[in-house]
Amino acid sequence: MDNLRTPLSRVRLWGSAREGTNTFIAQRLTAIALVPLLLWFVAVVIFLIVKADYVTFVSWIRSSWNTELLILMILVLFHHTHAGLHEVVEDYVHNEIIKAITMVSMKFFVIGITVASVLAVLRIALGG
Amino acid sequence: MITAHKQPLSPHLQIYRPQLTSMMSILHRATGVFLSLGTLVMAYWLIAAAKGPEAYQQAQSLLGSWVGLLLLFGWSFSLFYHLCNGIRHLFWDAGLGTDIKTAYTTGKLVWVVTFILTALTWLLAFSMTGGG
Repeated sequence: MDNLRTPLSRVRLWGSAREGTNTFIAQRLTAIALVPLLLWFVAVVIFLIVKADYVTFVSWIRSSWNTELLILMILVLFHHTHAGLHEVVEDYVHNEIIKAITMVSMKFFVIGITVASVLAVLRIALGG
Repeated sequence: MITAHKQPLSPHLQIYRPQLTSMMSILHRATGVFLSLGTLVMAYWLIAAAKGPEAYQQAQSLLGSWVGLLLLFGWSFSLFYHLCNGIRHLFWDAGLGTDIKTAYTTGKLVWVVTFILTALTWLLAFSMTGGG
């Protein structure tokens, strides 16, 4: 997500010296990607998962397109979730120490649960 | 030199009369935070599925209980609201539709689409299971 600003804006030293622009753009890009991904996921839940037994469900995940889309959705979803929660903490937590602790632990937690979710999908897909 | 007198603050939430636009803005954040909890349940559900048929069945019946269904209903509503209103925000970021009249029209449109999608989701889901 580096260098999403235009070269001209950097060479003219426009904008923030920090990474706010990249964070802002990353939040919007993940939002755009999530529109089709989440509509797909909801449709899958409605038409397949509501009535499927375990075997049908597993064979659905094992189709390579579904594995890919599911992992993509997980990565983008947790990125976007983290961006949103981060923003909320920035705005409403005013004690600097509590803010720092919250942000760091949130980041660790989100990365941990992202890896756990991807791993779960891979274990199902690869039959671990 | 640092003087201790208080600077005037800009008026905050409690000063204003609630409006559609401000309420929808707050609800965007509230649904976002609520949906964060939903991602945890999604993670739990996937991890249960990876564990095997029994854990998966347990997760399915937890989600199928009335508390589970109530939460899922809340998450589906929140998701559609956050998704529709998010698209509204993306248009604003592109500099489109920021005048007051359009902001109200699109705000109402977000509500209509949210209700339609939520209703459609649950009608379809229940028709899949034959009412169960």
